Amino acid sequence: MKLYDLTIHEALTLMAQGETTSVAITQALLDRIAALDGQIGAYLRVTGDLALAQAKEADARRSRGETAPLLGIPLALKDIICTKGIETTAGSRILQGFIPPYDATVVRRLRAAGAVILGKTNTDEFAMGSSTENSGYWTTHNPWDPTRVPGGSSGGSAAAMAAGLCLGALGSDTGGSIRQPAAYCGVVGFRPTYGRVSRYGLIAFASSLDQIGPFARDVIDAALLTQVIAGHDPRDSTSATEPVPDLCAGLKQGVRGMRLGVPREYYLEGLDPGIERAVRAALDVWRDLGAELVEVSMPHTAYALPTYYLLAPAEASANLARFDGIRYGYAHPEATDIWDAFRRTRAEGFGAEVKRRIMLGTYALSAGYYDAYYLKAQKVRTLIKQDYDEALQQCDALVTPTTPNTAFQIGQHADDPLQMYLEDIYTLPLNLAGVCGISIPCGLLDGLPVGVQLQGRAYDEATVLRVAQAYQEVTSWHKVRPSLPDTPAS
Amino acid sequence: MLTRETVLHIAELAKLELSERETELYAEQLSAILEYAERLNALDTASIPPTAQTIYQRNVLRDDEPGPSLSPDQALANAPQRDGDLFRVQQILE
Repeated sequence: MKLYDLTIHEALTLMAQGETTSVAITQALLDRIAALDGQIGAYLRVTGDLALAQAKEADARRSRGETAPLLGIPLALKDIICTKGIETTAGSRILQGFIPPYDATVVRRLRAAGAVILGKTNTDEFAMGSSTENSGYWTTHNPWDPTRVPGGSSGGSAAAMAAGLCLGALGSDTGGSIRQPAAYCGVVGFRPTYGRVSRYGLIAFASSLDQIGPFARDVIDAALLTQVIAGHDPRDSTSATEPVPDLCAGLKQGVRGMRLGVPREYYLEGLDPGIERAVRAALDVWRDLGAELVEVSMPHTAYALPTYYLLAPAEASANLARFDGIRYGYAHPEATDIWDAFRRTRAEGFGAEVKRRIMLGTYALSAGYYDAYYLKAQKVRTLIKQDYDEALQQCDALVTPTTPNTAFQIGQHADDPLQMYLEDIYTLPLNLAGVCGISIPCGLLDGLPVGVQLQGRAYDEATVLRVAQAYQEVTSWHKVRPSLPDTPAS
Repeated sequence: MLTRETVLHIAELAKLELSERETELYAEQLSAILEYAERLNALDTASIPPTAQTIYQRNVLRDDEPGPSLSPDQALANAPQRDGDLFRVQQILE
């Protein structure tokens, strides 16, 4: 039994039956991290001692007869989520050494559910990127091919999942930063509806688009993790008050009689034919299971990318104004006055992509350009949202590729930010509309994973998860692993 | 194409010191991205209202009740420069 390769639900069953312990699973994962993560670089920081202490505590609780939804389950957290007493950098040099004085709400909920925290995973700086190449620390390697990126921005969490370095993980998704790396790494990545999961303690990138969600080995695990982290939080005034249903209850009810929408704008030029074949094969699986496939049109899809790249940088330029070198983070040691201190602290603390987006966002918001760029983009956002409203009246969920290509080579887009942005073309529209979506593995193309994306109505996570689960019950792409060495239990 | 002056003006608004190389690079790259964004002008949005957020909750209020908060030591623990219970900053006024 490979303890590092268990699903969360398998691990919970085995621990409940006394077949294994949280300490044994946690140690197996820490051993594997020690053996493999030097090459992969998924973790920025491993909290081994803390993890073993939490695992020991979880085992003690279980032996006293206590239960909790994630009791003893070792997880990884994207390093943009604040953890009390554990350094949190958002992948940025400007936050090197920052020790949050509080836990993000999701971390508080995970701790209360008995989870074990293995460490913090790599991310593009402030979640701005599609590859982890914008991390202020290092680039994470894709476990399927170390010359390729794991995707981003939550690439560390996705790579940790694919390599068997955690049983589950959290990421954040502003324009696809959970779903795109999940597709590139061959794991499940779920972005709940905007507002479903509290953003309290998530270091802000673009506040109207950011949302935390899970990475998992299968859909059942994604539902288990979402159930724990979802729900209203008085500390986040944009968190939804809609009650969270039992996401596991209806998971296995199948897709017979459901209508799945195929938006034609996602299957045009630019899509790798091999990915289209894999996604169309997945559509056949759902049709064979009794779903009706309906072609729909979302005519403003092509406008999502320019809309996103005005709105997200605009919001980011405002959010990142807080990094002033006064209350926390890097401060330039030789500044002569306060203005010099701001300019030099930010010039040295931020990386190239973050500065590029602050510049772009500041420009879009500046006097004389606000109407032409920012307001225009907000109006197009309305049209994109209307596309979703209309399409999701005709069907229960939308089926599309997650990405137009498989994982690209490290360095491939280094000199052309626009080409890098195009990798997110199928994931960005969802964030603008504020709905929910998942990427699940649906094939391999030249040895690299392919993801199929399901998008659903706002607050209807249950339907998206149910459709995804139906697929995984009759296929095994989610069980295919990259060829990495086994790391026997010590 | 954005001029050098525009790039430096934006950098000043954003309080970013740019090197010569960055100034040139951003003039070029931001121009390319903004040119791509011009595609939005193909859409007539004269009668379309803007969308700033998708949750449609407004003015979320709570009672003003004191609760637990960070101690001065916790709040100041990450400060680059501290002076007693205060954040220390560079001189602001001459």
